[in-house]
Amino acid sequence: MKSFLSRITFWKATAAVFLLGGLATTIVRFGWGLGASTNLSDMTPWGLWIGFDVVTGVGLAAGGFTLAGIVHIFHIKRFHPIVRPAILTAFLGYCLVIVGLMFDLGRPWAIWHALIYQNPHSVLFEVAMCVMTYTAVLALEFSPVVLERFHLHKLLKFVKAITVPLIILGILLSMLHQSSLGSLYLIVPQKMHPYWYSPMLPVLFFVSAVAVGLGMTIVESYLSARAFQKTLETPLLRDLTRIMIGVLLVYFTMRAIDLFHRNAFGFLLDGSFETMMLYLEVAFMLIIPLLLFNLREWGRSRQGLFFTAFSVVLGFITNRLNVTMTSLEGYYKTNFGVSYFPGIGELAVTISIVTVGFVIFALAVKYLPIFPHHEEETVLRFDGAPARTNESASMHATPAAELRRH
Amino acid sequence: MPHAILVDLTECVGCGACRDACQQVHHFPQEECTSLDAHNFTTLRKIETADGQEVFARQMCQHCQDPACASACLVGALEKTRDGAVTWDTDKCIGCRYCMVACPFDIPKYEWDTNNPKVRKCTMCYTERHLDADSKTDKEGYVLDRSGKRVSIDGRLVTAEDRDMIVEMTTNSDGKRATACSVACPIGATLYGERSELLAEAHRRIRSNPDSYVQKVYGQTEVGGTSVFYLSSMPFEQLGFSTKLDTEALPLRTWRVLEKLPDVILTAGVALGAVYWITNRREDVRKFEEEVKNQRSQKKS
Repeated sequence: MKSFLSRITFWKATAAVFLLGGLATTIVRFGWGLGASTNLSDMTPWGLWIGFDVVTGVGLAAGGFTLAGIVHIFHIKRFHPIVRPAILTAFLGYCLVIVGLMFDLGRPWAIWHALIYQNPHSVLFEVAMCVMTYTAVLALEFSPVVLERFHLHKLLKFVKAITVPLIILGILLSMLHQSSLGSLYLIVPQKMHPYWYSPMLPVLFFVSAVAVGLGMTIVESYLSARAFQKTLETPLLRDLTRIMIGVLLVYFTMRAIDLFHRNAFGFLLDGSFETMMLYLEVAFMLIIPLLLFNLREWGRSRQGLFFTAFSVVLGFITNRLNVTMTSLEGYYKTNFGVSYFPGIGELAVTISIVTVGFVIFALAVKYLPIFPHHEEETVLRFDGAPARTNESASMHATPAAELRRH
Repeated sequence: MPHAILVDLTECVGCGACRDACQQVHHFPQEECTSLDAHNFTTLRKIETADGQEVFARQMCQHCQDPACASACLVGALEKTRDGAVTWDTDKCIGCRYCMVACPFDIPKYEWDTNNPKVRKCTMCYTERHLDADSKTDKEGYVLDRSGKRVSIDGRLVTAEDRDMIVEMTTNSDGKRATACSVACPIGATLYGERSELLAEAHRRIRSNPDSYVQKVYGQTEVGGTSVFYLSSMPFEQLGFSTKLDTEALPLRTWRVLEKLPDVILTAGVALGAVYWITNRREDVRKFEEEVKNQRSQKKS
C-alpha cells in the first residue's frame, strides 16, 4: 500500500512540474507570440506542435474507429469491452489535437474561417473538415457512457438507434483524414528525404494508424489495470495484439516495396542520421514487437503484451516525427544551414497536453462506466436496469421475433 | 493578360535600387538585407565566382503558374490572379503556415514576433499597380476605390500623399503600370511586361548572345512554369537557385489523391454497409438457431 501511494505521489509531482512548464510557455506563447515561445523560424515553419500534437496525435487516437469497426461492423463481439476505452481515447485525443492546434496556429481565433473560405484543393482543408466532423461523431459515439451515468434513457435510445450509420461515418472520416495527414507532405517532394517522401504516403499513414490505434488500446488497458484494477482479459488482449501485428506486417511489406521501387534501398548503409532514425522506427515498430510477441512467456503475459504494444506506439511516434521533422533536416541544412530541434517551451506544452490527456482519461475511468464489470454493478445498483440497452433489448425480444422483422 | 517579370542577372550591377524601391513602396524599414523576411520581399545576394567575378542573385516570389502555396492554403487566402500575380488576403489567413512548408522556393515569410502574425510575401505590387492616380478620397483623406470603399494595402489605409507616391513608383517611363522594382531598376535588368513577350525576349537574348548566358530561362518550366524569369551567366545552382525542381506543378501531386477521395469514400461506405449487413444477418441466424435448440432441449426434458 505504501509503495502504491508513493508511486502516485511521484507521478503527481512529475505531472505538476510538466504542467507548470506548459503553463509558463502558454503565457509566453499567447503574450508574445510564436517566435518567443518556439524554435520555429521562416526556414523551419512547422515543428513539434504540428509534428507531434497534430500529426502524431491524430494517429494515436485511431483506436476509436478501428475498434468500433471491428465490433459493430464486423460483429466480432468478443472485443466489445474494449470499444469504450478506445472511443474515450479517440475523443480525448481529438480534443487535445484541437488544443495543440490552438497553440500552433498564428491566429487561432480565426480558425472558423475554414468553414466559410473553403479551398477544396487544399489537403489541409480536407483534414480540418474531417477532424471537426469526426470529433463531433466521436462525441456522439462516446455520449452513451455519459447518458448512462446520468440515466438519460430517451437520449440514449436515440443515440443507440443511429449507432451503426454513425460508426460507418466515423470510419469513412478517419480513412479520409488519417491518410490525408500523409497527403499533406505530397506537395514537398524536393524537400523530403526519399525514405519518407512517397506517393504512397496517404495509404501508409492510414495503415499504420490502424495498427497504432490497436496498440494504444492495449497500452491503456494495461495502465488502467495497474492504476484502477480495471482491465480486460489477457487472451482478448493477445488477440488484439495479433491483429495489430498482422496489420504491421502488411504495413512494412508496403513500406519495403515502396522503398524498393523508389530505389531508396541504396541509402540503407550510408550511416547517416536519417538512416539511424529509420532503423529506430523499424526496430520499435516491427522487430521488437515481433520478438516480444513470439517469446513464450512475454507473448502470453499482460506485461509482455503491454511492452509489445508500447514499442509499436514508440515506433509510430518515431515514424511520424521522422516524416514531419527528420526528413526535412537535410533540406534545412543544405539550403539554410540550420537545423530544427524543438525548444524547451515547445516540449513543455506537448508534454503538458499529454499529461492532461492522462489525467482526464484517469478521471473518466474512475467516474464513468468505461471498463466492464465494476461499472455494470454500479448502474444496476442505481436503477435496477442493465447497463447496455441494446443487449437488454435483444434479451427481452425473442431472437426469433427479431429475425422475422429483418 | 498574364504579366511576368524578367530579371537578367548578367546586367545586374547590384545597386539595390529594386530592393530599396520595394521597401519604400510597401512602407518597410529601409535596410540592407541578405535574406527574405516578413518586411523584405526581395533581396540581392552577392556571389563571388571562382575567377573573382561578382554576380548578384536577386530573389523574390516566383509567382508560379500553378502555385503550391495557393493550393495548400485551406482558406484560400493566397490566390493566383489572372494578372499573373500571386496575392494574399491577410484577413482570411489563420496562420497555419502550410503555405510556407509547401512553397518550393521558400518564399512566404511570417511575423514571428507578434501576437497577430501575418504571412507575407511579394505580391508583384498587385494592389499598388491597380491604384488609380485620380482615385477619390473621403472626408478624412483616405483613398477610395471605384466602389467607394477605403483602399487598404496590407491592413494600412492609403492617404492621397501615399497614393501619389505609389502611383509614381509603379508607373514606367512609357506611362504603363509596373512593379516598383522594375520601375526603379536604372539599367533595365528587371523588366515587367506580358508573360509571353518576356519569355520570347529571354530566349531572343540567349540566342543572340549564346556565350554570355547559360542556356536556360529559369522559371520557364520549374514547377509547371512561373511568372518570374531569370537569365544568368553562371549555372543557377551556383547562385543558390533550386535546380532540382520537377517540371510538373506541385499541386497536381496532392490533387491526384484528393480527386479520388469521393470514389474511395463511396466504395468504402457501401463495402462497410455490406459487411455490416452480412455479419448482422449471421448474428441473427445464430441467435435463432440457438433458440430453436433451446426449445427442443426443453421439450425433450
